[in-house]
Amino acid sequence: MLPSEFAALEPFSEWILESERDRYSKRLASSMEEMQSFYDAAFPLLEQASDHLDKFPLSELPEQERNLLLLMFSLVNVSFPVEVWKQARVPDSGAAYMDLVVEPKV
Amino acid sequence: MPHFTKPEAGSWTENYPELGTSPVNYEDSIDPAYYEAEKEAIFKRTWLNVGRVEQVPKVGSYFTKELAVADTSLVIVRGKDKEIRAFHNVCRHRGNKLVWNDYPGEEVKGTCRQFTCKYHAWRYSLDGDLTFVQQEKEFFDLDKADYGLKLVRCEVWEGFIFVNLDPEAQPLKEYLGEFAKGLEGYPFHEMTEVFTYKAEIGSNWKLFIDAFAEFYHAPVLHMKQAVKDEADKLFNVGYEALHYEIHSPHSMISSWGGMSPPKDLTIVKPIERALRSGLFGPWEAPDIEGLDNLPTGLNPGRHRAWGNDSFEFFPNMTLLIWKPGWYLTYHYWPTAVDRHLFEANLYFVPAKTARERLKQELAAVTFKEYALQDGNTLEATQTMLKSRVVTEFPLCDQELLLRHLHKTVADYVKEHTDAAQ
Ligand code: FES
Ligand SMILES: [Fe+2]
Repeated sequence: MLPSEFAALEPFSEWILESERDRYSKRLASSMEEMQSFYDAAFPLLEQASDHLDKFPLSELPEQERNLLLLMFSLVNVSFPVEVWKQARVPDSGAAYMDLVVEPKV
Repeated sequence: MPHFTKPEAGSWTENYPELGTSPVNYEDSIDPAYYEAEKEAIFKRTWLNVGRVEQVPKVGSYFTKELAVADTSLVIVRGKDKEIRAFHNVCRHRGNKLVWNDYPGEEVKGTCRQFTCKYHAWRYSLDGDLTFVQQEKEFFDLDKADYGLKLVRCEVWEGFIFVNLDPEAQPLKEYLGEFAKGLEGYPFHEMTEVFTYKAEIGSNWKLFIDAFAEFYHAPVLHMKQAVKDEADKLFNVGYEALHYEIHSPHSMISSWGGMSPPKDLTIVKPIERALRSGLFGPWEAPDIEGLDNLPTGLNPGRHRAWGNDSFEFFPNMTLLIWKPGWYLTYHYWPTAVDRHLFEANLYFVPAKTARERLKQELAAVTFKEYALQDGNTLEATQTMLKSRVVTEFPLCDQELLLRHLHKTVADYVKEHTDAAQ
């Protein structure tokens, strides 16, 4: 599903998700251990992934590259629980929700 | 000791003596009768921003806007002559809602050549003329010219579409005044990539404006957003704005932007360091015209540390412009005295590369993490205000814009009630 240089991330392909809503839901449904292991695998490859993806025009990403970008969007989403919150939910957010109803297409 | 110079009057608040410095009563956010008065005095009489021109790119593009606070629904459409018009979304035959899909309360958008009513198929042109009546001969002396859609005042400023339900209202630009003039020429039209967030909030609409019109709460409520050392430092320093300005009914706050980029990279989260982006947006400005020579209305205090300006266009639009070249709008659409729909739009220059897009993703995701904390706090505030155990609340100098908002609302309500008597 991913470009061959990023084969190490194949085990985390369930984080290849189309929308912020999907990514945020998966974050809420995941344990800290699951997010930590995804983060530990993906974060060191973020720079390399950006370099790789930047060889393509954003509007014409081949499928594997597009998957890689979506996976990196998930990394951005889980960075909050992993780097600061130590929990999936935003602290002090209770029942509040915020729906992303329009997001730029990739 | 203040870090930034205050006006000669001694404080920002005393610089506007009409605001006073005494505690503020929040009855205006819990009294249902007051809410009814606000609908009449404010939302049916002031200019309301309902969107941007990019939402109606071509002839026949339209979108609807539910205005519960003005007891109506509007349809905004680009006509054959390319003009943007707004109509009440009501069919002239028997009052059915004209433009909607399966759920009458939900906003819709699209493109069409004409509007056809679902009920008995009356048709209207994009300019609002009634063009077709099913079995016209069955009617009595019906002149189609008398039954066009009801037009609403609609004017555009810098690509922002505003409507006003009051036919007598002053022109939009005059209403927006000094602040708008000072922003003209900002390259809003280049920033067409949008992230739109929506939420229903269990608080009065003014309380969310209060939360975004002061940053005094930021080092406290949002403390855990920062890495530990930085959070402690921010908490100890507190918050001070660079500059405040009021041109009633509108107001603005100008703030520093030390996080884009931060002087010391260790103070930000690893993901921010890696992507060079965060709450304050991508650290580097996009390569477009118009950002080197900013319009005079930005950074009015002429501070070197400047990071953003946030304008409160009365009654319910916040326009926040960040130094690195992107902007945000917030809208607060009341649905009841203790409820409103919150809408936030983040506008960026379209990303050309994946790296740019990742920076925007981080800015957008970060915005949500903050806004969730803000939104949740408001519901707690609303319930306790409602208890009326405490009715008077002291506001500090950094809460100047709140004082001004509540007073402006009171002035509009009073003027309207007085005129009616
Ligand atoms: S109500 Fe619209 S055609 Fe009858
Ligand atoms: Fe906040």
